[in-house]
Amino acid sequence: MSQSYNRGLIEDFSRWREFEAGMWAWIFHKFTGWVLIGYLFTHIAVLSTGIPAAGASEAAIMAGEDVYTQTIVSLESLLLVRLLEVGLLAVAVFHMLNGTRLLLVDLGVGLDAQDKSFYASLILTGAITVASVPTFIAGAF
Amino acid sequence: MSTQIPKQTEESSETEAETDVASKGDERRAEKRRRAAEERARRQAEEAEKAAADEDTIELKVFRYDPEVEGKQEPRFDTFHVPFTKGMTVLDALMYSRDNYDSSLTFRHSCRQAVCGSDAMFVNGGQKLACKTQIVDLEEPIRVEPLPHAEVEKDLVVDMEHFYDQMEAVEPYFQTDEYPDGELEEQRQTRENREKVKMSTRCIWCGACMSSCNIAAGDNEYLGPAAINKAYRFAMDEREGEEMKQKRLEIIEQEHGVWRCQTQFSCTEVCPKDIPLTEHIQELKREAVKNNLKFW
Repeated sequence: MSQSYNRGLIEDFSRWREFEAGMWAWIFHKFTGWVLIGYLFTHIAVLSTGIPAAGASEAAIMAGEDVYTQTIVSLESLLLVRLLEVGLLAVAVFHMLNGTRLLLVDLGVGLDAQDKSFYASLILTGAITVASVPTFIAGAF
Repeated sequence: MSTQIPKQTEESSETEAETDVASKGDERRAEKRRRAAEERARRQAEEAEKAAADEDTIELKVFRYDPEVEGKQEPRFDTFHVPFTKGMTVLDALMYSRDNYDSSLTFRHSCRQAVCGSDAMFVNGGQKLACKTQIVDLEEPIRVEPLPHAEVEKDLVVDMEHFYDQMEAVEPYFQTDEYPDGELEEQRQTRENREKVKMSTRCIWCGACMSSCNIAAGDNEYLGPAAINKAYRFAMDEREGEEMKQKRLEIIEQEHGVWRCQTQFSCTEVCPKDIPLTEHIQELKREAVKNNLKFW
């Protein structure tokens, strides 16, 4: 045939309504994985303030006036950071639960129930996230 | 209606033919042909109108594309109203549309009973075998498109060459160096071993799994679910012997072999023969790991 028509990858993401459970699990797992990698760098940046803080005098540390404590306190006083922490927990919990699911899939255990285990990890993530809200948001308002 | 664009181009080509050949007989024949075509178009339009007005019809939206006809090079969707009959499949509806409304509607089909594997299509957003997809199970209007992630040749026909290349890459045929002792002895398979490969032998090469696979779409070299399933069928067959199994594992554990699979389960969901493709791919992954891990 002289010509053919290549529809490319357009249908993939415009058809998200038709995705099956396994596809959603894959998308969420990738997404949460990247979020966790991104978080890792900010985590390292925040914790690194502990290095100059360790050189501060004992009195300053006891009084909470060193760089590290100041950074943590100022971050925790922001409502946005509190909300992001809830999101981070949700992302991490889902990644862990779905990772366990993928481990079982790799071992060939319960492949027929892979969609159910995905829904289970979603529900469990939701429950844990909701339960964590009081802890994370306390005193933010 | 769908027939309008091709009709115009057909007529213009006919008038050109008339000016070229001036013979009276030809003219008469061309005139007759044209009148017959007009008559056919009128009848089809009437039928289509009647069908659209009728309550017990189904609405079919079909992807159309033809690189060889000027007015059809831009892909579009045509609507067909097909009278519903009990037990009608998507393939039946397509055949009705082709036979009664537009004879240029192109799609592959042969056995009509899910054995030949030639009519895998994208129906309402899922890879389906048109001949075993019941109309009653689908929401209307029914969208019929060619398989995604493949080049469209015409209407619902896609280029399967790449799929067949991948299938052949895993050497999908029985080969062995181990023969039974007696000259007339048969190569027997145990019942357990047959059960193990049973599902994997059901593949009909329709290409639905390959089309549904997100990884295969992005990585052209990836063997794809069907080819790996074929490799599984022979690698797990004990009659081939240990040496042959090594050779097969070498093929599937290459960079674009089993390790590309990211267990999205798309192939398993769409397989019209219910082959547990992901399970087979995962088992081959474990075989490959076991084959390469040495604890000493």
